[in-house]
Amino acid sequence: MTYFPEEVVEHMFDFLSSHRDRNAVSLVCKSWYRLERWSRQRVFVGNCYAMSPERLIARFPRIKALTLKGKPHFADFNLVPHDWGGFVHPWIEAMAKSCPVLEELRLKRMVVSDESLELLSRSFPNFKSLVLVSCEGFTTDGLAAVAANCRVLRELDLQEIEVEDRRGQWLGCFPDSCTTLVSLNFSCLKGEVNLGALERLVARCPNLKSLRLNRTVPLETLYKILLRAPQLVDLGTGSYVHEPNSEHYVKLTNAVLNCKSVRSLSGFLDVAPRCLPAIYPICLNLTSLNLSYAPGIQGSELIKLIRHCRNLHRLWILDCIGDKGLGVVASTCKELQELRVFPFDPYGGGNAAVTEEGLVAISMGCPKLHSLLYFCHQMTNSALITVANNCPNFTRFRLCILDPKKPDPATFQPLDEGFGAIVRSCKGLRRLSLSGLLTDQVFLYIGMYAERLEMLSIAFAGDSDKGMLYVLNGCKNLRKLEIRDSPFGNVALLTDVGKYETMRSLWMSSCDVTLGGCKTLAKKMPRLNVEIINEKEENYSDGQKVEKMYVYRTLDGPRRDAPDFVWTL
Amino acid sequence: MSSETASSMPASDVSGLNFKETELTLALPGDSRAETSSKNNSKRTFSETVDLNFGSSSRDQSETVPSGAGKPSNEKAQVVGWPPVRAFRKSALKSCMYVKVAVDGAPYLRKVDLEMYSSYEQLLSALEAMFTYFTIRNHGNERKLIDPINGTEIVPTYEDKDGDWMLVGDVPWKMFVASCKRIRLMRSSEATGLAPRTPSKCASTS
Repeated sequence: MTYFPEEVVEHMFDFLSSHRDRNAVSLVCKSWYRLERWSRQRVFVGNCYAMSPERLIARFPRIKALTLKGKPHFADFNLVPHDWGGFVHPWIEAMAKSCPVLEELRLKRMVVSDESLELLSRSFPNFKSLVLVSCEGFTTDGLAAVAANCRVLRELDLQEIEVEDRRGQWLGCFPDSCTTLVSLNFSCLKGEVNLGALERLVARCPNLKSLRLNRTVPLETLYKILLRAPQLVDLGTGSYVHEPNSEHYVKLTNAVLNCKSVRSLSGFLDVAPRCLPAIYPICLNLTSLNLSYAPGIQGSELIKLIRHCRNLHRLWILDCIGDKGLGVVASTCKELQELRVFPFDPYGGGNAAVTEEGLVAISMGCPKLHSLLYFCHQMTNSALITVANNCPNFTRFRLCILDPKKPDPATFQPLDEGFGAIVRSCKGLRRLSLSGLLTDQVFLYIGMYAERLEMLSIAFAGDSDKGMLYVLNGCKNLRKLEIRDSPFGNVALLTDVGKYETMRSLWMSSCDVTLGGCKTLAKKMPRLNVEIINEKEENYSDGQKVEKMYVYRTLDGPRRDAPDFVWTL
Repeated sequence: MSSETASSMPASDVSGLNFKETELTLALPGDSRAETSSKNNSKRTFSETVDLNFGSSSRDQSETVPSGAGKPSNEKAQVVGWPPVRAFRKSALKSCMYVKVAVDGAPYLRKVDLEMYSSYEQLLSALEAMFTYFTIRNHGNERKLIDPINGTEIVPTYEDKDGDWMLVGDVPWKMFVASCKRIRLMRSSEATGLAPRTPSKCASTS
């Protein structure tokens, strides 16, 4: 190999942005390992219990941006007990001690206390970006500390978090000297914010590109904000309620005309649908529209709005749109790449919502579609086969039939062939969620064809151990496997235990795995943490089925912060 | 699984949209299916044999298939963590039950959160408090809103999901909460002609 001076190699490494490339480079030789370790500034840790913070800092002493994930994915759906763990505090403490250059922290499903936020706000003088997704444990006091102390903050992004609102004055804690904000998202906060402070903050941050307001920010404030920040690219409205012939509405209409850079629109948490025409003029520019929290926009108003959005790449919407509405999306949004259809009423019975018809229409009208999350009432094999043929570019395909184990309503057959067609046709598929009536046959197809699959979610599916074995034997790139309520037992779990060291995690709940089986796995694989979540019984015999099992690889051994109901075997 | 299902029951109650309660059956109103089946009678009651389960025929079909899911359909809604919708999203959408209230002759509108109330009586009291110039008078069993100025009765009406204007009180409370888009308090003189459908009033929607 040609010899380069280390400075040159290091400079070349700066151009490697993907974690995967960086990891590969660090394995070439000792010198590259050393160079890469000193130059890596962004680190992603997919499981906060996979290693200790000290170990991470020892290897990458110059981290500027850290992404951490905590609880298992199924925590999103209340399958993980509330106090399971996933605390960020030890990480912030360790970083504060040895890594004061930290600038960015992104956390998902972690427990974040006010104390942690306070420490963070005082420990990193150059801190720029805090992104919290589905986290818990803090109040607006913690946010106030971040606002007050992080002098060069650019980004504060709170997504899908229940935040306890203590005083409502946190927004006013941004000092007058704070002019650096680029992104501010507090749409999930319930409490009122100081509207005057909000307007002043927006006015003094000339680089603000992304602003998502919460429900308490009224339309009167929205138009004032738009007047001061016509440069916004990403706008989330709060309350969008007024009388269409009022003075405020006219002012808003005029303010919107100046917002030519808006590309992404969300919010409308409260909405007066007859006020929607005010935003029509910017709809043609939109590439992203999220109406999944806007149940107030329905029927003809929704359709009219969609007809104006011809350049959407991403659309998140509620199933009130109906199959007919999806037909309009299909004929309007020719550039659509990502579609999510959420249920308005997850428990609802026979209300219209969407079916296979809407999905087929989308697949015919939107050939660029590559990412789908679709909650529907029913699905057929023939529809899935059509979709697979029309859209072979899917990388993420998540289909949820609200009624678990529901077969193809046309033939009463399982949906094996339909999902089989998807994995056969979509060679680049990385994420797949299954639902409906499914036998082991579908797992045979998945193991056979889904070569690049990284994450698979299984619920109420399969007949025997064979199903899970097909997946473990076949999917060479599988990183995360989560299974609930499926008849997979010890044979499936223990046939290829080496596989789990190549994966990030395995979750199994309400399956047929026994305590003895889990113990065997733990004994054979010392570098895996095999955790049992047992909320009910004290004495468990080896032959008993475990309710919830979470297995992950780790360099750190059993975690020390586990609550009583979590046993690490 | 069974104990898990039981523990989740309060959660689904909170969602408030128990459409089973509103289904057309030949049983007495309010006599919910779950209770009937839990009586463990060996004989089926008449309402179980003749179930006018309109609007959800597809679900019935799925139950006739030997899929191993032999549970009654109303238990399916209580499986913990299914459908896989984030808890945050569920609670956020649930709290979107604000509707506007208009009053004939009043220059402004108000908003009420229907989720705050659990019966028509509570809503009526709240409306009275909101528009202070009305009073409630008891007419036998019925409580009515009265405009004290001219003594005319005020009739609460609402626009449902289909854009039809209906009289408040003609469906079970929970169904009303799920389908009400806005409320209008009309003078009884105008409302006398109110049929289930009044095209002139719903022209603006759907």
